[in-house]
Amino acid sequence: MSLFSNTTVLLSKELRTEFRSRELLTTTVVFILVVLILFSFSISPTTEESREFGPGLLWLAILFAASLMLQPCFLREQSNDTLSSLRLAVSDPFSIFLAKLAANTLFLMVTELIMLPFFAVFYNVPVLPEFSWLTLVLFLGSLGISIAGTALSAISAQARMRELLLPLLLLPLLTPVLVVSATVTVSLFDREPIVKGKGIAFLAVFDVVFLTALWLFGEYLLEE
Amino acid sequence: MSKRIGLGFVATLLVIASAYASFYIAPEERTMGLIQRIFYFHVSCAWAGFTAFFLCFIGNLLYVWKRAQKYDWLGVSGAEVGLAFTTVVLITGPIWAHPVWGIWWTWDARLTSTFVLWLLYVSYLLLRTLVEEPDRRALLSSLFGIFAFIDVPLVFGAIRWWRTQHPQPVIMGGQGSGLDPTMKMVFFFSAFAMHVLMAFLVAERYTLEKMQTETDLLAREVEAQ
Amino acid sequence: MTVTSFTIPPTGLRFENIDKRYGGRYALRRVSFEIEAGECAVLAGRNGSGKTTLLRIAGQIVRPTHGRLSFPGRTAGSDGNSRPGYVGHSTMVYDELTAEENLLLFAKLQKVESPAERAEGLLREVGLFERRTSLVRTFSRGMRQRIAIARALIHRPSVLLLDEPATGLDPLGITWLANSLRELNRAGCTVVMSLHGESEISALATRAVRLDAGNVIADTKTGASLHDILMFGSA
Repeated sequence: MSLFSNTTVLLSKELRTEFRSRELLTTTVVFILVVLILFSFSISPTTEESREFGPGLLWLAILFAASLMLQPCFLREQSNDTLSSLRLAVSDPFSIFLAKLAANTLFLMVTELIMLPFFAVFYNVPVLPEFSWLTLVLFLGSLGISIAGTALSAISAQARMRELLLPLLLLPLLTPVLVVSATVTVSLFDREPIVKGKGIAFLAVFDVVFLTALWLFGEYLLEE
Repeated sequence: MSKRIGLGFVATLLVIASAYASFYIAPEERTMGLIQRIFYFHVSCAWAGFTAFFLCFIGNLLYVWKRAQKYDWLGVSGAEVGLAFTTVVLITGPIWAHPVWGIWWTWDARLTSTFVLWLLYVSYLLLRTLVEEPDRRALLSSLFGIFAFIDVPLVFGAIRWWRTQHPQPVIMGGQGSGLDPTMKMVFFFSAFAMHVLMAFLVAERYTLEKMQTETDLLAREVEAQ
Repeated sequence: MTVTSFTIPPTGLRFENIDKRYGGRYALRRVSFEIEAGECAVLAGRNGSGKTTLLRIAGQIVRPTHGRLSFPGRTAGSDGNSRPGYVGHSTMVYDELTAEENLLLFAKLQKVESPAERAEGLLREVGLFERRTSLVRTFSRGMRQRIAIARALIHRPSVLLLDEPATGLDPLGITWLANSLRELNRAGCTVVMSLHGESEISALATRAVRLDAGNVIADTKTGASLHDILMFGSA
């Protein structure tokens, strides 16, 4: 299937480009760490409080990091006008988006997994017992962030003040992801099964809705 | 033009009438007293604002499909008017909350969601100021408007679910929870009045945008000579 | 450059009443003309006359506001991607990938048969085979032009569009370009390029059209001379 093979080819291009320089990953990991540490300086939580507020701060840090990490997504296609050559080369422009959002989700997850031990230590949260569920929430949340973020970075790349604009567009849009992911993550550390089921289903719905919207409107985002 | 003036006149009359009804026709609510009357205004504005955003959404969809400038005019008008009404909602909410609960903001599900809604459409308007070329501006803001609007139910759903985890005081004690028949009548009349006002404001803003665009076009053609 | 590796089905290029509007300004106004299959056509005009816009429309990168673009003679089911090849102001390849990786990427995306062989073959043809594992970031201006052309040709297009291809090239580069375009044109590829003034490259032209403020103001087909079209308004 053409869409699948084009997406794979483009995804390997995205990964190869990033792993050659690793600039995006390194800066994002460092950024999240700095944000998490700064949060704990300004709030100085007790152990009990850390456990309750930690997940919320974690997801906030992920959102901030993502809104920075997503900036170059379409900007880097502008310097040599490679966006035009990609558009000419692929039969379905959706493959461009799929490849980028897959790459972005992967980068976010790598960042989160690297940062998880630090989070566990600073905020005294037991990440190991519910690790598989935690990974699932991180995945669905990161996927949602990437889908919306990839779409919006295509928009902000065509406007002025794009560095400020992307977070402004993205953060309100991602409120559902922040709220639900944080709540589910808290419940994981408190072991409340009922909460996590509904929350995870909601995140899946968010992902499907925005992926569909991107599929329907993606080609217009790339129009010249 | 006279149709619009007529509409404005009717809208003003209706709003004044509904204000009168809120104060003098609706019975006083048992527990909250006078401050409860702001409910008619607050919820009517919320509904009218939401309808305005829906008009924006329709404009956005039509623009992406047909690429006629008039749909973009509808989009920006719906967004601005919707934002105006939503601002009123966000102000009247705390005005109600303070005498009743002693605090200005309670992170009530609906009000918080409305705040996010407000932020989304502020971003919509901000995006428009940052794209200079008119066709590009129309396309990009329409696409963002579409994403924003489909996000709205998700925002409301997520925040409501979040609040069930941490119950907080609810503004206005839950909408429509046992409204007396007279109250219901006053409410629907207020909602109707606000919608007429909204329609008038959208029409005015639409016309303004249309004239602005046409003037710009003329100015450019003159310059090109 | 040897281009005997493929046969090119002859394809022309037709513009019918093309308009392109940006906001209140028309970059192109009722542009209509046809380039015959196998011609080597030059688009001339001052900066801002609409040459780049017209070429981007021909390359199907930009959609016209009104009007129609067609390719007379293009048969359905012709080899690979039937879009024209486009060489723009930028290289349209990735700086952080090697020459080889770039060509492989575009070959695979466009479903070219035996992509690795095709990429290697093109690299040899444009004289970049020795530098195939170098990042494009390290290339000189002349080399960047060559990789851009290689990318444009990867899918064996029957129409090649070039936007001011001689910009920034040294005399050696210009000679190489002129020879390559001559070979391609001889093999049947329709070449359309925008140029400023007369040069080794403009000497290849069998047809020329001049644009001014988005309108066609002169055409060799209707009697204007190539020299006049290229040098018009430079005095």
